[in-house]
Amino acid sequence: MLSFTDVNTFYGKIQALHGVSLDVQQGEIVTLIGANGAGKTTLLMTLCGDPAPASGSIRYHGEELVGRETCHIMRRDIAIVPEGRRVFSRLTVEENLAMGAFFLPRDEVQPQLKATLELFPRLKERYQQRAGTMSGGEQQMLAIGRALMSKPRMLLMDEPSLGLAPIIIQQIFEIIEELRRQGVTIFLVEQNANQALKLADRGYVMEHGRIVMQGSGEELLADPEVRRAYLGA
Amino acid sequence: MPDWFYYLIQQLLNGLTLGSTYALIAIGYTMVYGIIGMINFAHGEVYMIGSYIAFIVLAALALMGIESLPLLIAGALICSMVVTSAYGYSIERVAYRPLRGGNRLIPLISAIGMSIFLQNLVRLAQGSRDIAMPNLVRGGLDIGPTTGFHATLSYMQIVIFVVTLISMVLLTLFITRSRMGRACRACAEDLKMTNLLGINTNAIIALTFVIGAALAAVAGVLLGMYYGVINPYIGFMAGLKAFTAAVLGGIGSIPGAVLGGILLGVAEALTAGYFSAEYKDVVAFSVLILVLLFRPSGILGRPEVEKV
Repeated sequence: MLSFTDVNTFYGKIQALHGVSLDVQQGEIVTLIGANGAGKTTLLMTLCGDPAPASGSIRYHGEELVGRETCHIMRRDIAIVPEGRRVFSRLTVEENLAMGAFFLPRDEVQPQLKATLELFPRLKERYQQRAGTMSGGEQQMLAIGRALMSKPRMLLMDEPSLGLAPIIIQQIFEIIEELRRQGVTIFLVEQNANQALKLADRGYVMEHGRIVMQGSGEELLADPEVRRAYLGA
Repeated sequence: MPDWFYYLIQQLLNGLTLGSTYALIAIGYTMVYGIIGMINFAHGEVYMIGSYIAFIVLAALALMGIESLPLLIAGALICSMVVTSAYGYSIERVAYRPLRGGNRLIPLISAIGMSIFLQNLVRLAQGSRDIAMPNLVRGGLDIGPTTGFHATLSYMQIVIFVVTLISMVLLTLFITRSRMGRACRACAEDLKMTNLLGINTNAIIALTFVIGAALAAVAGVLLGMYYGVINPYIGFMAGLKAFTAAVLGGIGSIPGAVLGGILLGVAEALTAGYFSAEYKDVVAFSVLILVLLFRPSGILGRPEVEKV
């Protein structure tokens, strides 16, 4: 469904991604783990078209994404829950969700809204509230809800658990599983390697802009090096 | 009521007239700043071009023998808004978009260059001397005693209030209710994230330039008719005043621009009325300096948070 082939990305003269190749199959949860600054977010942003890669190929359903503008890439059925949530804090919950559904045909908006609010009943309670007044967990739910409003077939998530209470993290991971059941393909970037690998079908490990290891979630969980470096064992 | 009371009323009316047109121009500064964080210093010239288009349209309509006043004003407003919208779009496309993403000073210099270019374009095309705008709306309402000293609310002032009010109500409805208006607000908050939702943020930025230019044109048409004289240099001072109004109200905030415009207009009128007309610019720019020194975020503005 999605494949990176030998992608190199630079920030100025600094190379952030070195020959990254990976692929995500339809219906999978694939996770990308790695330390701070390993290039995980850069990888996601390269997929989104900003920064553009210097070389390599990114294909989605066989279509080349490299060289296309961000707004064209994200107008396909890809949606992102970005690092740090980035909800529109001065817009209400309703307006944030409407922004997510910007390109959804008019008659599909209401059903999608209903489905999203069913997934996040808390958003329904806060419907007319400004997003900036909500707690971090609620904002994360809104960020996910906003992404789902475009009816994505592929959801990119950048550290959705960052800075949240354990009980909220648990809820977020349950929702990710629920989304998979609904047929959404999920590409999950996480520092919370333990939970991410337990959930994921497959995982990639990134270090210094390179993919250094890959395997099924269980394999990586059992791998001594992964355990030492990312699971604190 | 004593004379001083009517004198004060008169100054306030004059101030509100001037202030509401400042507000119209200031909205253009503030919307553009709100989204891309740059001051479009060519905005005053758009206002000036708006005045010229109005003059040309009024002359053309008069030649065609059209005398209906509402038709003349509506024709001047609509043509002027359409043409300046095209200017607003082109200015952004030519002078700012190619420079986006670089140092913030570069578009500022480009803006000054664009301003000089537009001023001279009009000077070459129309000449640099004053042009008299026809005084279409004559007469007014007297407030106070019919004999002796009284205040006058001219019909032209009423036209200015009504047109300004309609423009602002339409703008507010657009920003708060419409899908594109919502996208404008989202862009003002987080341009990158809006882009990540698949929205063409370049188009939204262009849209804010177009809206700002159209509102400046409204001010250009109205003030041109109010003062009765236009020349290619009026945009410079009007632009600076409106910029001051935007800063006073809190740059980036649309209600702030309106409030700042009205306050500045009233402050100028009171200075002219009670002190000396020569000092009104001094007062206006003293306000700018004081606001920048003591409250840079303005009356309704939010303190700037550096976006990551």
